[in-house]
Amino acid sequence: MAANPMTQFEVYRIGPEIKVGAFDISFTNASLFMVISSLAILIIFNLGSKKNSILPNKIQLLAELSYSFVSKMISDTAGSKAKPYFSFIFSLFMFVLFCNMFGMIPYTFTVTSHIIVTFILAAFIFIGVTVIGFIKHGFGYLKLFVPSGVPIVLLPLIVVIEIISYLSRPISLSVRLFANMMAGHTMMKVFGGFVVSLGIVGGWLPLSFSVALTGLEILVAFLQAYVFAILTCIYLNDALNLHH
Amino acid sequence: MFKKIFLYSLITNFFFTKKIFAAESGGMPQLDPEFWISQIFWLVLTFGVLYIVLSKLILPKISANLELRKSQIQENIEAAEKQRESSEAKLKEFDGIILKSKIEAKNIFKDAREKVIKNINSKKETLDKQIDDEIKKAEVEIDTLRQSAPEKINKIAVVTSTEILKKLIGAEVNNSSISAIVDDLVKKNGDKYYGH
Repeated sequence: MAANPMTQFEVYRIGPEIKVGAFDISFTNASLFMVISSLAILIIFNLGSKKNSILPNKIQLLAELSYSFVSKMISDTAGSKAKPYFSFIFSLFMFVLFCNMFGMIPYTFTVTSHIIVTFILAAFIFIGVTVIGFIKHGFGYLKLFVPSGVPIVLLPLIVVIEIISYLSRPISLSVRLFANMMAGHTMMKVFGGFVVSLGIVGGWLPLSFSVALTGLEILVAFLQAYVFAILTCIYLNDALNLHH
Repeated sequence: MFKKIFLYSLITNFFFTKKIFAAESGGMPQLDPEFWISQIFWLVLTFGVLYIVLSKLILPKISANLELRKSQIQENIEAAEKQRESSEAKLKEFDGIILKSKIEAKNIFKDAREKVIKNINSKKETLDKQIDDEIKKAEVEIDTLRQSAPEKINKIAVVTSTEILKKLIGAEVNNSSISAIVDDLVKKNGDKYYGH
């Protein structure tokens, strides 16, 4: 029978309850998939960087292509000044990508479908970028909110809009990823439920839809990781190269 | 019939599932803060470990590998370029050598030809000279023979005449008188006989 499509997002404890002071830091299914994703990334990239042959094998090629893909993405959007942040953006992209992709396997848990996870990532990026901006440009970083070439009459309005848009960055960044993941997985669950409830007679239509949706969701899983990383690069670009 | 059942099941099932959803959905688990702290803790831990290991151990290796490959390929390309250049130079050298030897061969051929022609010419000349000499000698001989011929013929004529006369007459005839007659005849008709 069709289950509630939201039960797949429930977090539950695995093992004993761990408490530090008033905080519950028990190991949950979410933690499990964070660990699995991180381990998968580390294993793949460790294998991919172990041997260096002139003609790379498949896993080495995968690692090197990912490396140059992220490297190109950063240099295209944030320029050469963003090189010190390469490791962070690479880890971020891979972490989000692997969490999304692991979520596509049936009966798994999608870490990135939780607003708290994406929000912490986005908030960390937001704070980090702001700190970098103030370190690089001092109070000159505030010029970000004052675009050049704007009539003086409109300036107060523009500044307010710019500040709001800047402050809403972590929210838009986190909600975009979380909502995409949650909506996609909910839809898949709903269509999967239709297959079961319509049975052998009418289940073929939602089944074919479900298959198509799976392909789409894999695309979305990649795309959202890419968008998350590239927006981080764009924010970093604002902090490193003040254009306004 | 089949179509009817299909439609019926579709509609009833749809309402049925709708009812189930309505009954069971109790909001989003994402907004339940029970495990937020746990999720934040494990996110920071796993992502932190991932970042540290990637940035300190793995990414530098991949970067080094890529650099190494790049430089190796560059080196190979340079080496290939060098070899190409050297082979081109060698090819030029060979061409030069071939050209030189061609010219040499031509010269040798020319020299040999000239030598042979000279040789032939000189031999021809000596041969011509010899032939000329021989011809001259023969001519001289013929001349002497021709000059001496009338005397001999005269002598033969005198001897034969005396012999004939002896047989005819049976008496000795003076040689001198006959030779005088022969001389006289030769003087008269010599040109007719010897073509002078």
